[in-house]
Amino acid sequence: MTTYLLCFVLFLVGLFGVLTKRNIIKIAIGLIIMELSLFMFFALIGYVDNGIAPIIVEKTENTKFVDPLPQAIVLTAIVIGLATTAMLMAIAIRLYKKYNTFDIRKIANLKG
Amino acid sequence: MNSLIPLFIILPLATAILIMLFGRLAKVLQKALPSAVLLFLTGLSFYFIISWDSGIYIYEIGGWGPIDNIPISIYFVLDGLSILMLCIINLVGFLSGFYAISYIKRYTGENKFYALFCLMIAGMNGVVLSGDIFNLYVYLEIAAISSYALVAFEVEKEKLEASYKYQVLGCLSSFFILLNIGLLYWYTKSLNIADISRIMEASANKNLIIFIQILFIAGFGLKAALIPFHAWLPDAHSSAPSPISAMLSGVLIKAIGIYLIIRLFFNMFDITYEIALLITVIGTLSMVIGVLLAIGQWDMKRLLAYHSISQMGYVIIGIGIGMLILAKGGNKSWAALSIAGGLFHMTNHAVFKGLLFLNAGAVEYTTGTRNLKELGGLSGSMPVTSSTSLSASMAISGIPPFNGFFSKLIIIIAAAKAQYFLLTFLAISVSIITLASFLKLQKKTFYGKLKNWNLNKIKEAPFTMCFSMIVLAILCIGLSLLIIPGIRENIMIHVVYTLINKSNYLLILSEL
Amino acid sequence: MIGMTLILKKINQLIVGLIFLYGIYIITHGHLTPGGCFAVGAVIAGAFFLLVLAYGSDILKLRKREEGSSVAESTGIFIFLVLAFTALIIVTRIFFTNYLPKGITGELISSGVIPLYNIAVGIEVAAALFNTFLALYL
Repeated sequence: MTTYLLCFVLFLVGLFGVLTKRNIIKIAIGLIIMELSLFMFFALIGYVDNGIAPIIVEKTENTKFVDPLPQAIVLTAIVIGLATTAMLMAIAIRLYKKYNTFDIRKIANLKG
Repeated sequence: MNSLIPLFIILPLATAILIMLFGRLAKVLQKALPSAVLLFLTGLSFYFIISWDSGIYIYEIGGWGPIDNIPISIYFVLDGLSILMLCIINLVGFLSGFYAISYIKRYTGENKFYALFCLMIAGMNGVVLSGDIFNLYVYLEIAAISSYALVAFEVEKEKLEASYKYQVLGCLSSFFILLNIGLLYWYTKSLNIADISRIMEASANKNLIIFIQILFIAGFGLKAALIPFHAWLPDAHSSAPSPISAMLSGVLIKAIGIYLIIRLFFNMFDITYEIALLITVIGTLSMVIGVLLAIGQWDMKRLLAYHSISQMGYVIIGIGIGMLILAKGGNKSWAALSIAGGLFHMTNHAVFKGLLFLNAGAVEYTTGTRNLKELGGLSGSMPVTSSTSLSASMAISGIPPFNGFFSKLIIIIAAAKAQYFLLTFLAISVSIITLASFLKLQKKTFYGKLKNWNLNKIKEAPFTMCFSMIVLAILCIGLSLLIIPGIRENIMIHVVYTLINKSNYLLILSEL
Repeated sequence: MIGMTLILKKINQLIVGLIFLYGIYIITHGHLTPGGCFAVGAVIAGAFFLLVLAYGSDILKLRKREEGSSVAESTGIFIFLVLAFTALIIVTRIFFTNYLPKGITGELISSGVIPLYNIAVGIEVAAALFNTFLALYL
């Protein structure tokens, strides 16, 4: 149970970073931390004590396997995370080229 | 009919790839192909809606059947609501794509624009068809990431900033949704929506489910820009190129926000009074605050974007009242009426808000500005834009022969029948404020005295833009036919049918 | 951007080929061992990253290379889609079916279409990662 809670704490750390930091790269890092905590959460869901990799060959009827589905989910989510991170970084670099700063207080032109 | 379902995802995806491969070589291909494919898909979805016999169609990808009654494959599920959403997505997508042929000529990198556009359509079609909660997330991210890139398509200061803001909030909402998927899998050991629903009926851990529901409301609320989560919408929707604004405002916030709220809260969770109340309150807040924020806007597209928030509030109210009636065990036919009103308004909103954004794009295309203080008197030189914009404005503010009137009327009648008189009053007054706001837009843009423009420069928009606007304007009147009893029973009631009878959706488990 | 010192260039020449070969080894055994297309893409793209970092973008004429990697990326997805679509059109009328003979578990040529999917996705991921790298680096 502790590990699950630690995952959730990591999620909140990322959220804290997103909410309080003023540097656009640091905001992106906060988002990545949140994402990684979620991946760890998924890996924990599939974990079974003393389980082995779920590759079925003969004579393994009574062994315990770890759950392979969360691992597949994490792999897919990592690919998606790669795409989002690449987009974030591309926009951040373009913003830096236009404004010469990473500080969101100096970038704010639009009023939500 | 069954084997045609995956075409909705394959064709836009293949189009995007073909454009990236061969678009450089043949310019005609990259312009004509998206419109042709989307026209075909629109036809296909209308064929579905006509030939549909109120059943639920299931498509197993890869042919993996269930083992011990546990569905292990990835499923596409096609029911009434999905078909309605497919019609909206592909129709508005086709018209925006056709409009973009003239509009996007000014920019470089046209092939990237069309490829991202097709990817976004593929993502939304996937969200609507998916019967599996994780694939739903994957398709949602495909649609969302391509929309992030499209918002920043004109690489300028404000556009980049709007895109960054949209991305940060969009990523947050995606993480909430992913966390929820993890929690649901942890609790039920299944990813199929119907299967999760069955397992949660058998054993309910109340606290966890309420936590999951609230996180889902936050996640999808961020995607749909309901009021506490609306900060990104006006920037993102006004920064995108106009055909994309029409897609974002007309379709995207519905397909990856409202649709998923409806689908999951009706078909996956049990409806409880507290959650229904929360959804109704959020809807009311969106409706009222959105329109109040829209009053002071002088940028044409920002004004339209704030009205999107307000109109989404109407949809959510319709859904919320239906949920409240169902949770209290009230009269099911009134609940069905209310939900049908909400879905009807969603359809109408796709049409008229898409049209209004396309009009704004036409005005910007010819005059180069969208500041209402600098515009004026364009009705003489741009008759098509002016008249279509007038009909869309009357539709959104609820003037009788147009479709917006009937859907608002249904929602208001349902609210009155369920004895929520405050909601009734608010819905009527918000409609009046909307009318005032759009009278301002019409007067400042198309009527009044002509500002000192170079008159030779201002002429009507090119043919493809006019065509899209005229078709949407005809639909603004044509959709009010859905209120006629014979047609209404055939389409709207079927759509609501699977929503209010949850056991009906669970039947797909036995059909596997 | 300019390249790095002679030592790094020489070591690169020695290492890059091995990394590339290792990527090809994983891609061909993707259906037998843990790991597969995405890991392979990362490995092969890493080989390209090393080349660009050591030799600099001027020598490799990267503007042209970027176009090539974008074409490779699209081709990868296109092969994948064609493989999946063949199942729908010709063979079994079901999208994504595994229509080739499965073979014996553990052999190199087995498990039907999955190795082909692996190769297609491997090409796609490698090209996409390299493309992203170039877009952010230049």
